[in-house]
Amino acid sequence: MAGPADAALLAAVAVGSVRGSAALVAARWPHRSPAAAIVLWQALGLAGGLAAVGALLSLGVPPHSASIADGLARMASGAVSGHLIGSGHAALPALLRLSSLITGLLLLGVLCWVLVAASVTVLYARRRHRVLLALLAHGDPKAPGALVVDHPTAAAYCLPGLRSRIVVSVGALDLLRPAELAAVLEHERAHLRERHDLVLLPFTALRRAFGWSRICSQAQQSVALLIEMLADDRALRVLSPRALAGALARFGTAGSECAPAGSLGMSHPSGEGELAARVSRLLQPAPRLPLPAVAGICCGATLLAAVPLALLALPA
Amino acid sequence: MDVLWGTRAALTVREVSVRLTERDLAHTTVMTVLDRLAKKGFARRERDGRAWRYRPAATREAYVTELMLTALNQTGDRSAALARFARSVSGDEAKVLRGALEEIEGDGGS
Repeated sequence: MAGPADAALLAAVAVGSVRGSAALVAARWPHRSPAAAIVLWQALGLAGGLAAVGALLSLGVPPHSASIADGLARMASGAVSGHLIGSGHAALPALLRLSSLITGLLLLGVLCWVLVAASVTVLYARRRHRVLLALLAHGDPKAPGALVVDHPTAAAYCLPGLRSRIVVSVGALDLLRPAELAAVLEHERAHLRERHDLVLLPFTALRRAFGWSRICSQAQQSVALLIEMLADDRALRVLSPRALAGALARFGTAGSECAPAGSLGMSHPSGEGELAARVSRLLQPAPRLPLPAVAGICCGATLLAAVPLALLALPA
Repeated sequence: MDVLWGTRAALTVREVSVRLTERDLAHTTVMTVLDRLAKKGFARRERDGRAWRYRPAATREAYVTELMLTALNQTGDRSAALARFARSVSGDEAKVLRGALEEIEGDGGS
């Protein structure tokens, strides 16, 4: 039965997701197992969004609906025949039910829209970037498989997509030793291979839409750092941690010396200490999380995402 | 595009073809490419009698700067279009990193 009990449970899941996110931002273990932490972040985001929408909808559907989905279906057919609110003795005043229903549907619409808008923006930005690269970049035997841009500032990045590219600047080629450059390229290849950009996209979308919310910014920042650590770990499978740490340290300390004045000043108040954390993680690795702990986190994450889904769709 | 950037004057399709001798491209191919560049906004074109004359819409440097600004995420939007290897830092963190670098190189380099 959809009703106040469901709404209370869903609201609890939504609040719990926000609390859980705050705890995850502060936790230390994610650096020891970035992949598990990313799965947990995704579950928290999904559960939080679904539960918030679900809580509002469950207050809005007519009482005695078998489930929220069933309630919505009944209301839709009711609307066709002119009885939007439904009949029978209501636990809540009709006006309150209608307004919470509308709020729920609006929230769902906003969340979907935010994701679509962010995806479209990203696709356009990438297409423009790909065209510019085609006009400006060239290959270089020093960086096999990568495109080189003539600019003195050190930069290395990847352009994800179906026709993905790895790009390094001349500044980066000058800065890095051969082993370090190989580590950077391997790191970027890991990003492209595992489509880390798709992992980050929903979190970036949320941050763009709800920039005022601290938890949205923190979530995006955490996930961004975690995918970097994940790519670091992948690069370590073929290369030494020293090469990668050296590349990171050189990039971090290079900016002030070789950025042309005025054009590419670097100041990032956010993300303080992230680079140092990645370097120290490579040089003094903490033990990985034990397998049972990782398995537990993944099970917990699945359960977390499953609860609001079940409450939304399945008859109680 | 490099041909257009290489000269100050606006060029006709034929003039571009002549400058691309080493590539041995058909006249129509060059015309198509220039037309596409103009449509995408990278080249401007103006009528000169029966021919179009093309000039770059912006300097090569301007495009390189745009490319790098996007790459370094300085454009103001967190578009997540690109994944950057590392950003550069300042202050205490830079000090920590310099220390790490010395430690790495002290171990005999990599």
